[in-house]
Amino acid sequence: MALAIELSGVTKRFPGVVANDKVDLAVETGEIHAICGENGAGKSTLMKILFGMQNPDEGTVRVHGEEVQFSSPADAIGRGIGMVHQHFMLADQLNVLENVILGAEPLASFGRIDFKAAKKHLRKVGEAYGLDVDPHDLVESLEVGERQRVEIIKVLYRGAKILILDEPTAVLVPHEVDELFRNMRELKAAGETILFIDHKLDEVLEIADTITVLRQGRTVATVKPTAVSSGDLAEMMVGAELPTPQTSRSTVTTEVALSISGLTVLDEDNRRVVDDVDLEVRRGEIVGLAGVEGNGQTELVGAIIGTQPTASGSIRLLNVEIADQTVRKRRNAGVGYIPQDRQQEGLLLFAPLWENAALGHQTKPPFANGRWFDRFGARERTEAIRGWFDVRTPDIEVTANALSGGNQQKLIVGRELTAKPKVLIAAHPTRGIDVGAQAAVWDDIRAARAEGMGTLLISADLEELIGLSDTIVVIHKGKLTATVDPASITARQLGSYMTGTDQDLPQPTHAGKTADNRNREDSTARDNG
Amino acid sequence: MAEHDTGESHRSQAKSIVGASPLSQVLLAAAAPLGAFLFSLIASAIVLIAAGGNPLEAVADMLTHASKLEVQVSMINRATPLYISGVAAAIGFKMNLFNIGVEGQYRMAAIFAAYVGGAVVLPSVLHIGLIVLAAMVIGGLWGGLAGLLYTHRGVNEVIGTIMLNGVALGVIAWLVRRWQAEGAITEVGVGTEPIADSGLLPNLNFIPELFGDLRANEELTGVLVIAIIVGIAYYLLLNRTVFGYDLRASGLNPFAARAGGVPPRKMALTAMLLSGSVAGLVGLAEIFDKGRYDPNFVGFLGFNGIAVALLGRNNPVGIAVGALLWAFLDATSDILQVTQTAPKEIIDIMRGIILLTVVIGYEVVRRVRERTEAARTAARLAEATP
Repeated sequence: MALAIELSGVTKRFPGVVANDKVDLAVETGEIHAICGENGAGKSTLMKILFGMQNPDEGTVRVHGEEVQFSSPADAIGRGIGMVHQHFMLADQLNVLENVILGAEPLASFGRIDFKAAKKHLRKVGEAYGLDVDPHDLVESLEVGERQRVEIIKVLYRGAKILILDEPTAVLVPHEVDELFRNMRELKAAGETILFIDHKLDEVLEIADTITVLRQGRTVATVKPTAVSSGDLAEMMVGAELPTPQTSRSTVTTEVALSISGLTVLDEDNRRVVDDVDLEVRRGEIVGLAGVEGNGQTELVGAIIGTQPTASGSIRLLNVEIADQTVRKRRNAGVGYIPQDRQQEGLLLFAPLWENAALGHQTKPPFANGRWFDRFGARERTEAIRGWFDVRTPDIEVTANALSGGNQQKLIVGRELTAKPKVLIAAHPTRGIDVGAQAAVWDDIRAARAEGMGTLLISADLEELIGLSDTIVVIHKGKLTATVDPASITARQLGSYMTGTDQDLPQPTHAGKTADNRNREDSTARDNG
Repeated sequence: MAEHDTGESHRSQAKSIVGASPLSQVLLAAAAPLGAFLFSLIASAIVLIAAGGNPLEAVADMLTHASKLEVQVSMINRATPLYISGVAAAIGFKMNLFNIGVEGQYRMAAIFAAYVGGAVVLPSVLHIGLIVLAAMVIGGLWGGLAGLLYTHRGVNEVIGTIMLNGVALGVIAWLVRRWQAEGAITEVGVGTEPIADSGLLPNLNFIPELFGDLRANEELTGVLVIAIIVGIAYYLLLNRTVFGYDLRASGLNPFAARAGGVPPRKMALTAMLLSGSVAGLVGLAEIFDKGRYDPNFVGFLGFNGIAVALLGRNNPVGIAVGALLWAFLDATSDILQVTQTAPKEIIDIMRGIILLTVVIGYEVVRRVRERTEAARTAARLAEATP
């Protein structure tokens, strides 16, 4: 069969990272081809290159055998490539027909939109691919699955023969997934080529004709679903060799610093994004939260900090209930926070460093003197943070946006740790910073742990998770599905827990007190031995 | 471990701007408004020439006029309410809230404060205090209403305050018409009951009289003192209190502020209350001058306050400069009509051009500053890590 898409040696670099490293990909015409990989494996970059949103630094892209160079998505559309984004790009207040033709309106005389022709064309597309929608429905009134169908129709309407679906099942409930797969099979029967991104391995095995696995920007393997199990795939995604845990002395105590029970968070559509979570972090312990992004980590963190309303459940800090307290009260009671996006949630980019150092701690000394802001105290503390945490800056009067990412992060880590929190919520504390700064942040967190700070570490970086954590819990679809010991876990197990495929695994240890305690003993034994 | 990402190539170009001196920082800050003023002078001159006028003569007329003591007093009288109005708008701006409603807030406050002041006779200090308090409370309530709509009903504050401006003007028009119908016409015409002398803030004529004689009826408004207090309070609140820090943090990055414990709703509501109560003070100068609220009460102080706040970059001193500039153009535009050297409307053209260029100028300055600061940081680091 002829190749619809052929990538060879595609490399894409961003400052500090290689997103795609000599990626090869061959997609045959008329097949459903799945791309699997962990977060940060380079899937999105690859799709953006294919859709003309980004240019590769090296390598060639061939579409139907012809070498192409896209400078914009319009070029890709011109070649018959269409993309359905994970986050829908629809106008809620317009109806289906208007949304579909938006930007590609057929014109009648005097610049009027020819709705009749548009409707006819839409109906033809719908019939050809077995996609059923009412063109007059308001998009606002549609279910998530139906909206996705509108997105697909939008792409087909423009004559796409190759469809790229970016994590199409992430937003769907199970019966919607079945419907989507039925549609995908019909599209395939009608001669379309489908390239889709997914990391739910059971789904991939069910629908794909071919699977390509990416890891750390490289193609690991291209396989047929009949030849592999989900366990094999999980291992390919995570990598056979897991990093070895640091053999530092355990500082875990028996005193519980943070205790969460029955915590549930609902999203706008009343879906349980955090589902009945029980979790304990002891003083001196680092609990790593592993999971594929978008499985409720952000909401869980928000619920602990107090920025995310919860539906039910209890959050106790050193045995004091904080679930109904304001963010300020929680922070002052000893909840430190390293946000996952430092520029969005961690810094005032256009304020000087000494004002940034006060953020989250502005009501307490040395930053405040009663109701007055203490500028002298704030400057003094900032100078101290600069020295202790090696924040490289000419002085503390420069604005935060003048610093490099690593130094911004060191400032945030310094700000939180000098406040001596009881519990630190560290979300991706070393994301996007250089190796030197990363090692410094790890050392700082370890030092605070030794002084009795409890830490909840959320990370997509396995080296960080396994290297720092005393215990690892896995979150999947808002539920804590397993509690594991970082010393004994295998890549295959971790990958399977994270992707929710536990069929060919020994019975997973579900999160709970007994399992937790057993793991604790394991890790203590390791540390002592 | 060292960071080596500051490349060799950046070093040489960065060195030239290393150690930007305090003086050059000040010059950079002043560059935008000064440049805008000069540019608008030139642009207005071109407009004038095109219209057949002589710009040099017009400027000479304005400057001669402005050298007279009574014109200077009138300038300060005009600048005083503008300054208060500018601070009111700036409080909102600092939190990224666009309080377009200063206009309605000060008018509502003025009519009710004048009404309250006219209804009672009290010892002077209490009487004046009551009027000032009434103005702040009514202004605050009117601003707070827009705040409540924003925080609890999701009504955008721009829309909310614009609508409330309309409501305020309607309420006032209705009240005035009712007084008229009820025959509540005092010997000076339709309006609120005149305020007794005990409720009128004394003027500050002793200051200009140090420099020469004032014409009869010419007064330097006592509200100048209130404006100065407002300016100092604004500076202290914003820069020296935890509340001010919270307010600025919310304006700079609402997400980071929220994660840092600043309650977004409460802040927005407080900011609108505060902005409104300062706006309530805008009408005081006119109330104390006329002793009542009448249908000819001065308008547009709210909108001009927004312009002045923009001009002064929400800085207490900057707003004062902006207010004085606006008042200068106001006070001297009258003379153009007398001397016929230029149409009075040229002043409005100038104001428009100043505003536009100043906004552009500030953006340019911000970018230049950001670049030099990043380069300075990089250069210092390059020196530190050989």
